[in-house]
Amino acid sequence: MKKIKCALIGSGNIGTDLIYKIKRSPVLEPVWMVGIDPESEGLARAREMGLKTTAEGVDGLLPHVLDDDIQIAFDATSAYVHAENSRKLNELGVMMIDLTPAAIGPLCVPPVNLRQHADKLEMNVNMISCAGQATIPVVNAVSRIQSVEYAEIVASLASKSVGPGTRANLDEFTYTTSNAIKVVGGARRGKALCIINPAEPPMIMRNTIYCLTDDEPDHARITESILQMIVEVQKYVPGYKLVNGPIFDGNKVSVFLEVAGLGDYLPKYAGNLDIMTAAATRTAEMFAEEILAGKIQLKAVETV
Amino acid sequence: MSQAANSSNLKGRKVILHDMCLRDGMHAKREQISVEQMVKVATALDDAGIPYVQVTHGAGLGGNSLQHGFAMAPNEEYISAVASRMKQAKVSVLLIPGLGTMKELQAAYDAGARSVHVATHCTEADTSPQHIAYARKLGMDTTGFLMMSHLNDAAGIAQQGKLMESYGAQTIYVTDSAGYMLPDDVKARVGALREVLRPETEIGFHGHHNLGMGIANSIAAIEAGASRIDGSVAGLGAGAGNTPLEVFAAVCERMGIVTGVDLFKIMDVAEDIIVPMMDHVVRVDRESLTLGYAGVYSTFLLHSKRAAERFGVPARDILVELGRKKMIGGQEDMIQDTAMTMAKERGLLKAVA
Repeated sequence: MKKIKCALIGSGNIGTDLIYKIKRSPVLEPVWMVGIDPESEGLARAREMGLKTTAEGVDGLLPHVLDDDIQIAFDATSAYVHAENSRKLNELGVMMIDLTPAAIGPLCVPPVNLRQHADKLEMNVNMISCAGQATIPVVNAVSRIQSVEYAEIVASLASKSVGPGTRANLDEFTYTTSNAIKVVGGARRGKALCIINPAEPPMIMRNTIYCLTDDEPDHARITESILQMIVEVQKYVPGYKLVNGPIFDGNKVSVFLEVAGLGDYLPKYAGNLDIMTAAATRTAEMFAEEILAGKIQLKAVETV
Repeated sequence: MSQAANSSNLKGRKVILHDMCLRDGMHAKREQISVEQMVKVATALDDAGIPYVQVTHGAGLGGNSLQHGFAMAPNEEYISAVASRMKQAKVSVLLIPGLGTMKELQAAYDAGARSVHVATHCTEADTSPQHIAYARKLGMDTTGFLMMSHLNDAAGIAQQGKLMESYGAQTIYVTDSAGYMLPDDVKARVGALREVLRPETEIGFHGHHNLGMGIANSIAAIEAGASRIDGSVAGLGAGAGNTPLEVFAAVCERMGIVTGVDLFKIMDVAEDIIVPMMDHVVRVDRESLTLGYAGVYSTFLLHSKRAAERFGVPARDILVELGRKKMIGGQEDMIQDTAMTMAKERGLLKAVA
């Protein structure tokens, strides 16, 4: 069966883990890995896994895009360079999946709004943050039953799974996730808290979601909606698990989750990184299925 | 070393006292201190010569949340009400990256805050560069505050403190959030910091009294080179409270340590204002002793008592389990979660799915 060819930009942990996930996909094929350091471990590993590599950044990839029929690119670099990367690739008709906090395209949480983005043929979608991917499905599961005045999420991450970029820019993580709780989660106000825990052995990612509903929550319907949503997420993140709740205190609904990764390149405790790569892969698959079925055709984006 | 030798060594040493009643004390009051009460306490502390008064939600800037509770007023309202009344004291705030942000720091500054504890867990200093740099840009007295310091060894604390100094912190704190440390633990960490930090960088100590060591640990810190001590008048703070500041001031006077604080005045603040405000007597009791003994974040105390009531699992059992799972400050959600998991194991709660 024909597969849609992909390029991975950024040869760090996320980019490397993506190779494994994309290789497993029935509709995607990883072809190029883009880095900036010829000596990097990530590029060497990509070559071992059969990918073509360049250490010249996105500019090193551009001459090969048309010949190699690259249609989807994943950007796991940084917010600072994403806009340029996206512009250059969009011009060649490559659809961009943004794993940085740049968020120049619409925010995507697969079980909530991926279908909508595919239908609109968005050429750049943003994957928000690990905490966003882990918690927003639950916020949405509540807000699709009844209106949520305020949602708050707490993500606890293993210290070893949080890279230097996130650490140095923790406020961006907070702002991006808080905003997405509203825009995608459907709450009127949102707040995101993040805790980095250094325990050894490393703790598996934990997430707590609190929603305040306007009216008294319908316990049975909300519980059913949350359980359904968890099944949807488990389709691409098998280690997404309800630990406790939903539990109700007046208008407050609390849900306690654990997210274990697949342990591809990243260790299992790093569910936070795994849910990003898995959600990005799921997003690419949806676009790829539509392209292969002839339902959509990616077009070059003209820049003005 | 004999007691007499200690006191003579410290004679004439200057130490800056920093009161925590209106921040750490918020935990002990379930965040329910009114603006009027804050102004009353702060003006009395100011009058007694306390140079720094910390004023915010117990969890600091951004603390108002379902996770940490909602205070009676926004942080900015507390800060501006207090700051506008201070004659000599500076108002300080707490900022924990991941909870509070630079936007909130700017708002606190605009409301009159001039000093900040930028707090991270004792191994995660590299989550604070943005916030420390921003505080310095605002011209604030800026502290790097290494929470749960017992969970990192002396060399590790020195390395983390050095990082915060490199971001711009002017003071580095050893913060005994669990009230677990003993004087030798404090000396080792403060001493290691003193060796690596620049001479002009100050060292602070923030104690909790869960093992009754608040005073002794603070003195040990000064012996090892600390010049700033956090405490709270009458000990109003999380767990068994902070180092009781009026007691500490009295000990300093006996030892010849110079604090510039009027001892009788803060004794009166403790007795006449703070103690009558307390919802429960802040003291070493079974649960707060468990915090100190098991090395658990002091703020977990009241949350665990609430979870114990609701799910029928004793608070001490929950606290010990949280210690075993190495939960750190900010993970208050894991208290209810842990209590629920324990209740299920004990057949007290049914699983939903």
